[in-house]
Amino acid sequence: MSGGRSRPVVEFLRWAWGQLTSMRTALALLFLLAIAAIPGSMIPQTSVSPIQVLDFKREHPTLDKIFEPLGMYHVYTSAAFSAVYLLLFVSLIGCILPRIAKYLRGVRKPPPRLPARVDRLPSTDTGPITVPTDVALDAAEGWLRSKRYRTLRSADGISAERGYLREAGNLVFHISLVAVLLGLAWSNLLGFHGTAVVVEGRGFSNAITQYDDFTSGPMTDTDALEPFSIDVDSFTAEFETGSVQRGAARRFDANVTVNDASGTRKELLTVNEPVLTAGGSQVNLLGHGYAPTFTVRDGKGDVAFSGPVVFLPQDGNFASIGVVKVPDARPQRLAFEAFFYPTAVLGKNGPSSVFPDALNPEVYLNAWHGDPVKETGIPESVYTLNTSGLTQFTGDGGEPLRAALVVGGGMTLPDGLGSITFDGWKRWVKLQVSQTPGNLATLVSIAIGVAGLCVSLFVRPRRLFVRIGDGVATVGGLDRTDAASGLDEEVAHLLVAATQGQPHPADQLTSEESTP
Amino acid sequence: MTLSEWSYTLMVAAMVAYLLAFGLAALEWSSARGLGALRPEDGSEDVARTRVDFFGRLALFVTTMGAAMHIIAVVLRGVAAQRAPWGNMYEFITTAMAFGVILYLVFAYRFKMRWLGLPVDLLLSIGLGVAVTAFYVDVAPLVPALHSIWFIIHIVAAAIAGAAFNIGALTSILYLIRGRSERRAEEAGVQLRGYLAKLPSARRLDLISYRLIAFAVPLWTFTIVAGAIWAQYAWGRFWNWDPKETWSLVTWVVYVAYLHARATAGWRGRPAALIAILGVVAFWFNFIGVNLLFSGLHSYAGI
Repeated sequence: MSGGRSRPVVEFLRWAWGQLTSMRTALALLFLLAIAAIPGSMIPQTSVSPIQVLDFKREHPTLDKIFEPLGMYHVYTSAAFSAVYLLLFVSLIGCILPRIAKYLRGVRKPPPRLPARVDRLPSTDTGPITVPTDVALDAAEGWLRSKRYRTLRSADGISAERGYLREAGNLVFHISLVAVLLGLAWSNLLGFHGTAVVVEGRGFSNAITQYDDFTSGPMTDTDALEPFSIDVDSFTAEFETGSVQRGAARRFDANVTVNDASGTRKELLTVNEPVLTAGGSQVNLLGHGYAPTFTVRDGKGDVAFSGPVVFLPQDGNFASIGVVKVPDARPQRLAFEAFFYPTAVLGKNGPSSVFPDALNPEVYLNAWHGDPVKETGIPESVYTLNTSGLTQFTGDGGEPLRAALVVGGGMTLPDGLGSITFDGWKRWVKLQVSQTPGNLATLVSIAIGVAGLCVSLFVRPRRLFVRIGDGVATVGGLDRTDAASGLDEEVAHLLVAATQGQPHPADQLTSEESTP
Repeated sequence: MTLSEWSYTLMVAAMVAYLLAFGLAALEWSSARGLGALRPEDGSEDVARTRVDFFGRLALFVTTMGAAMHIIAVVLRGVAAQRAPWGNMYEFITTAMAFGVILYLVFAYRFKMRWLGLPVDLLLSIGLGVAVTAFYVDVAPLVPALHSIWFIIHIVAAAIAGAAFNIGALTSILYLIRGRSERRAEEAGVQLRGYLAKLPSARRLDLISYRLIAFAVPLWTFTIVAGAIWAQYAWGRFWNWDPKETWSLVTWVVYVAYLHARATAGWRGRPAALIAILGVVAFWFNFIGVNLLFSGLHSYAGI
């Protein structure tokens, strides 16, 4: 290899690999990773909260012009961020592979040979021996063994080493990081998570069409989701009514009936206690809200709609908005835009909710009508009203017709086009179903990694040497990490063991030591 | 007075005690001005040295009194709330500071590290001062998201790791100061004098910082992992890139960089110490900045 023709490409690759796997590069990449992660904590992320991203774009159009092309709304899946952590892992692997090879070669080797000048080591001590050389060495070796040193004996001395585990721990930690990455990749490729809003008394069955939003890995078969269903029998929410943290959530309990491969059972689904299905899907309770129930009669007097409508909470006190669409009403189709206030108070700036629980529920609504339209099959949002083709009902003075309804209240529409009544309210829950198949592998890898990290931080490799000649024992030692302590004490102990010919003379020493 | 009022009163008293101890430690430092590292044989410095020692002992005594009130205050808060007392910012900072003062007292009594008193007392008085003035909220039950055994494990690990990170940063600052004066003294060819001469050598300070951080890094790793396991239970996803999670990771990465820097030529010493300080800045930003500036899943500030 050396002396051969110079091959610039190979040379460059070797140089680049050397650079990439150097500790300096690893340090630079670590800092880069830390810095690259920060924008994602300050700028809203699509993967975390798409609504916040839209709000941000609307409020900061100038910043948006910079952020959008830079991919700042999906920092953690961006090419730049991925490049940093992938390079870091390549650097890590390139760094530890040679070290693993070196460790495997070195781990079975005996300690190094006795150095010529033991008294040149960082810590040394000498003393006259009172016993024959063999006895002294036996005692020294006995003491070293009791301290779990690996020893190599020669005619006139012993070399000893301990702390081989440190490097092993270090390597295990780094390998486990790679395993963690693989575990995460496994979960990402084969896993999914999706959410669905379910009103009390209704159910959810695990099919992709039932989800409101759904994210899956590229290798997930979304047509073969685990068959199970969950009925939300009831949901209870309690809030703080005392003066401290008034309105803060205190209890969310959903009584559900789970129907999966192992049968039908009733379970309590609450915030920290997800429901696990037979097929390994995890169902979490993520949120809740109100679904006021309405009955709408059309111009012919028929009930054109009846039931709960999911409203979206807008603030911490659950002031919620929603839309009641009645496309089947005749002669005109009807639609209502409504606000729901669980604890309604009418103030100067209009109505608002002052408490998250439904203590005084009221609905404020306005109404629209239009000619019937054919079902197009094009999906439209159930939370917003597209008013094209619709006319708003107006009052006597020409202003939009509005009504404030308490439970049981109703409004009759002008021109005999129908009526709406506010019958009451139910709650809805947002369920999240997820499968993360790599979790166990990831967790085991992390556990092994943390154990390896502890070993690599707390095991302190040390070498001790004892040489006996001319009736004098010379003991020397050196630490192979700078954070070790107690080297001088061990050198002193070893000297006493050697000079007195007793492997365990420690009893006499400890009393002296305690008064430094 | 109710239990929680007793707790608050004791917390304020502990804060005042720490402030007093800081003043005494400052007197200890200033009265050591001009004194050499070793006691002169002729006894010419004996009066001054006795004074330095007196202030130092008094500072440690007052810190110990403060710690007693502080720990009782934390315990009473827990009794009043009938749960572990780390459910909001006020409770977390007072608990973390309690672990910090326990760590310091162990160091001071067991390992004769009383010299840490000045920066530690300053940290404790600022920490408790901010807690009792800006972060205080009355006792209240927890939101359902915190009803979990992981609430105890995850947060107590964070508090202990935080205490060790903080003291590690303080010893790193002392390392930078002592290292600078060592170099200057060497350049001028004189002996180091004053309280800095009484501190351990720069090398020793660097070692102490390393040990504290080496103790805290696995604990911090565990904090993050425990949080991830809890998140899997609570939210069905173990990692959400929530600002708090992101900054925990940033803090972790900075401390991992610290451990690597100590093993890399050209990064030992001053650069490593600066990284340790950067790490604690990230830790504090994660605690205060993220809680108050960003909205996320970890919105438990209670303010």
